[in-house]
Amino acid sequence: MDGDLVLLLNGIVSGLLLGGLYAAAAAGLAVSFGMLDIVNIAHPALMVAGGFLVVLVGTALGLDPLLVSVLLAVPFYFLGVAVYTFYHHFFERRGDEALQGLAFFFGVMFIIEVGLVMSFGPEQHFLDPPYAFITWRLGEIDIPLRMLAPALLAMAAIGALWLFLRRSFTGLAISAVAQDAEALRLMAVDPVRIKRLAFGLSVALAAIAGGALVVVQPVEPSSGQVFIGRVFAICIMGGMGSLSGCVLAAFVFGVVENVTATFYGPSWSPAVAFGWLLLVLAVRPQGLFGKAA
Amino acid sequence: MTRMTRRELGRLAAGATVLAAAPGLSFAQGAPIRIGYSMSLSGGLAPNGRSSLLAHKIWQEDVNARGGILGRPVELVFYDDQSSPANVPGLYTKLLDVDKVDMVTSSYATVMVAPSMPVVMQRNMCYVSLFGAGVNEAFQYNRYFSMNVSGDDIRGNYAKGFLDVAAKLPTPPRSIAILAVDNEFAQKAADSARYLSKQRGLRIAYDRSYPPTTVDFTPTMRSIQAARPDLIFIGSYPPDSNGILRAVSELRITAQMFGGGMIGPQIAAVQAQLGPILNNLVNWDVYSPEPTMDFPGIRAFQEKYRARAVQEQVDVLGNYLQPYAYAQMQVVEQALGRVGRVDQAALAADMHANVFKTVVGDIKFGASGEWSEPRNLLVQFQGITDGDLEKYKRPGTKVILFPENLKSGELRTPYGAPA
Repeated sequence: MDGDLVLLLNGIVSGLLLGGLYAAAAAGLAVSFGMLDIVNIAHPALMVAGGFLVVLVGTALGLDPLLVSVLLAVPFYFLGVAVYTFYHHFFERRGDEALQGLAFFFGVMFIIEVGLVMSFGPEQHFLDPPYAFITWRLGEIDIPLRMLAPALLAMAAIGALWLFLRRSFTGLAISAVAQDAEALRLMAVDPVRIKRLAFGLSVALAAIAGGALVVVQPVEPSSGQVFIGRVFAICIMGGMGSLSGCVLAAFVFGVVENVTATFYGPSWSPAVAFGWLLLVLAVRPQGLFGKAA
Repeated sequence: MTRMTRRELGRLAAGATVLAAAPGLSFAQGAPIRIGYSMSLSGGLAPNGRSSLLAHKIWQEDVNARGGILGRPVELVFYDDQSSPANVPGLYTKLLDVDKVDMVTSSYATVMVAPSMPVVMQRNMCYVSLFGAGVNEAFQYNRYFSMNVSGDDIRGNYAKGFLDVAAKLPTPPRSIAILAVDNEFAQKAADSARYLSKQRGLRIAYDRSYPPTTVDFTPTMRSIQAARPDLIFIGSYPPDSNGILRAVSELRITAQMFGGGMIGPQIAAVQAQLGPILNNLVNWDVYSPEPTMDFPGIRAFQEKYRARAVQEQVDVLGNYLQPYAYAQMQVVEQALGRVGRVDQAALAADMHANVFKTVVGDIKFGASGEWSEPRNLLVQFQGITDGDLEKYKRPGTKVILFPENLKSGELRTPYGAPA
């Protein structure tokens, strides 16, 4: 096979796998930011906190990090419920959610980061499952399980959430609250309760993303900063509130970054990826799968 | 208020006389000598910042147990700069104008040292920095002193070991790939590799930078693999170093020599995670527990450091910058001891004139404040089968290949970590 073609195919495949990690990181934000209009800038920090707890629990119990992350999704759901309750009581209910809400989540992010330093120290922490050192080779295409396994878990979790949002009454209510909370109230559904539930789900997804991150790379308290720009860009590119758009945008981001890095050097990767975001927004201001206002 | 009788006063005086005369016991008196600095205790530089702080505390305890400096106890005044260069000028202003410390030293790393320089220079303070590379090139401040092995001429020195060792390969290399993260230190490292490679007639087959936010290094390393270089020089920071080495392992990349200027493999947590992937990596370093670096005091320091490292949640080995952080304060201690007073001009003159006996060996500062003799080590990881860290406390795991006077082993080739 031609050398450049091999590079291109590997760039695409590795980009899709990277997109899987991005999708895991961005899916929770697609719910909180995209559907609930809550600018949870602390979401990547919550993901990293999830990663630290995955390392802690997984090391203590000898369990696979991805399995631990699924188990941790339950307490993270309740953490999300608690955070939203606080946020709603002190900001949203008063109509202060715009700037003060943003400041609140910025504070949460800072507290999480400092809390992780105080609790775990500033060093890198890792938990490598045995398969993280295995690479499948399909002809000239390399597929490291370190990237594949987290991507598959992310797709499974997002798929389950998508089904829940499409098939269950509560899921439909979450979609509805994104469109018109007052109309939902007229249907005798408490929009605050629905938002609390949805925000809990978004934080639960952060735990799963944390497990995915631990398999891909070691985590340190400031690891989340790398993802802040990307996850918000992915949500916007995919279309606010669209899970399928979020996944597609994550794949686009991953592939564009890796193909650019392959042929033009990694320095250009972020510029080209964010250039694509601008291009998409120029053509479709509502994002790939968003609905025009 | 209870009045002290003449007899009680006599007993007290006698007791004080006995204690003062007791061998090995010293008591510092008077107002403390206050040494101020910012340190990265949170944020990206915190792993090295926190372990440096532990080294400073150990020095403080040691020196106070010996009676302090000039008979005065030593007090450390430090603030968390959060790894943010923007915080540094304000913290040094506070240290000098509000806290009125007697001496200032620096936080860790070039990016944190540079922003403190204008404040320090305005107050004419003598300044000993920690692992700042070429900071004084721009400032030309004659009271600046650098605790860093890179010396004056980073361009001519940093990659010299890598290319000198490569020149002795059975099959002389003809090409090199250079990859470096977009930060000041790594770019200086890459510049050195580029400059010296051209001098030696090596073809530069790949020469790129990457942003610090890079998550996946697979495509970059695959491009380097496609360029088929004989040597691969990487200037990286943690956790990038980890991602690069994992990608290299997954892609089964081999080269006659791989490494160069990676920051990360010096750190215990990275060594524990990567295990045998580090085998045959040839990399820049500053310390290895080889017999050639068994300087007076280093073992005692490391014993104290390692006894507290786990509890303090810092690097458990202390094989990287921690001895240099201790030595940074030894320079301050010895200069103050010789000068006999806190006089910034006299201290600077003393630091320029004298050799310092430290746990990292004898140090002499040159005109610019950098070490007059650079000591960039090139080490190779050898014989690693797992992530157990005990082996890193003994000689033979991180063998020194360069410089010749510290050499402790022979190069093994090629680099090609197991997939």
